[in-house]
Amino acid sequence: MAFDKMELNEIEVWDGNFAAAQALRQVQVDVVSAYPITPSTPIVEGYAKFLADGYVEGEFMMVESEHAAMSGCIGASAAGGRVATATSSQGFALMVETLYQASGMRLPIILNVVNRALAAPLNVNGDHSDMYLGRDSGWIQFDSYNPQQAYDLNFIAFKVAEDHEVRLPAMVHQDGFMTSHTAQGVKTLSDDEAYGFVGEFKPMNDMLDLENPVTHGVQTEEDWHFEHKARQHHDLMTKVFPKIEEAFDAFEKLTGRKYNIVEEYMTDDAEVAVVALGTSVETAVEVAKEMREQEGIKAGVIGIRVFRPWPFEYIAEAIKGIKALGALDRSSPNGAMGALYNELAGILVNSDEKAVLTNYIYGLGGRDLTKAHLKEIFKELKANADAGKPTTELQQFIGVRGPKLAYL
Amino acid sequence: MADNTMGWDEFEIGAMLRSFDGPIKDIALTPQEERNYSPNNSFTASVADWRIEKPIFNKDYCIDCQFCWIYCPDVSIVSRDKKMLGVDYDHCKGCAICVEVCPTNPKSLLMFPEQEDEEAAIASWPEKEEKEK
Repeated sequence: MAFDKMELNEIEVWDGNFAAAQALRQVQVDVVSAYPITPSTPIVEGYAKFLADGYVEGEFMMVESEHAAMSGCIGASAAGGRVATATSSQGFALMVETLYQASGMRLPIILNVVNRALAAPLNVNGDHSDMYLGRDSGWIQFDSYNPQQAYDLNFIAFKVAEDHEVRLPAMVHQDGFMTSHTAQGVKTLSDDEAYGFVGEFKPMNDMLDLENPVTHGVQTEEDWHFEHKARQHHDLMTKVFPKIEEAFDAFEKLTGRKYNIVEEYMTDDAEVAVVALGTSVETAVEVAKEMREQEGIKAGVIGIRVFRPWPFEYIAEAIKGIKALGALDRSSPNGAMGALYNELAGILVNSDEKAVLTNYIYGLGGRDLTKAHLKEIFKELKANADAGKPTTELQQFIGVRGPKLAYL
Repeated sequence: MADNTMGWDEFEIGAMLRSFDGPIKDIALTPQEERNYSPNNSFTASVADWRIEKPIFNKDYCIDCQFCWIYCPDVSIVSRDKKMLGVDYDHCKGCAICVEVCPTNPKSLLMFPEQEDEEAAIASWPEKEEKEK
């Protein structure tokens, strides 16, 4: 079976979903097993159309749920194919059981997660509840802030995940609607460049190697389970970042676009900085520039590009000299501090850095984070930096109607 | 994974087990006793203690029809060159399907208590049942 190549313009106007679908076509994914859910549906729909139109050689499996979708991916990956799918929110939640299977079985599946809030109340818009739900599942988590990055990070994800030193599944996150349905100029790779960058899929212990039969998905009890989990954690802690750096470097050579495990904007001389994920990073960078120009506040932004494994040492380096940090969490922590706050506190507590750390909960269910909100946040952080201690409660809700919500 | 002293860095990733030591060819045509099973393969593990009753084979009545061999869900009927040899008691779990499908009269396989002596069982084998007219 042969497939046709697609002629792309140097710059195409794509939304995040179409960009991801194009990436799945260009790396010639063998199997997509999928169940539709807003706002991620156009990714797998896009792959299915490319397949039907003869632009990809593969298999599209329509299944009865997201649990079945990821189960299909696991089977196809164990059989020895290049495998990907996409989901959001409730569908992601239904996948959780199988996410742990995929990572424990060391299957390099790529899951595009178009971030969306978790019900109840039901909501189709973007927040990071689903991304946070996946953070202990043993997957690598890449985060994109715009359609270009959703496209680029798919190639990075396949290259890193499928490396035999790594062999771990990876998620590529993009914000629901804000990225997934916002059309922007996307610089493309030609089909040959894209496929050449990721390379041919190299199977490992695949079930279709009939001369070397293997059993996947075995049961282990107290005698072996711990060793397998330890091995997986060790590889996440030690092997993934060097491979991501290699892939980022190779990608920069190919395209000129430079990615970093932790993205730093104006942090060199920054007195205050926010730490954020997703589209909010871009808004925050714009506001930080304005704070510098209009308010004389040395503001910076730290964008998390790789959420898992958690880039502890990279962030420790990035926050050097910053006096006040605001952790921006776009997920209801439901009775705790936000995840970014806790992770940053974990870095600060044993370091020589003495940054004042506070937590902002914002944007739930797609609520806008406006420039005015961010200006307020930067001003509060400046007050914290000047005082050398928190001048606000440690956790505040931003942009919610009703009496102010603040804790601790 | 028979060796319980191995550390986390000493095995292949992915909670994956190999059925055989080294590559295999024509496995369907290789009798079990000649296969190079790995220590991880369940062939080396006995599940005999799952059984309460065991099937005993009486070759006097067997017509080598292979029904028991086909129907056994655990590949525990040993047959070579289409001749029924007996039961693999390391893997038989005592489900009695072989007895159920045996077409001879009397049956060539019958269930007995686990502790039953084979010679005594065969000595007490039932007579042919006459068809009711």
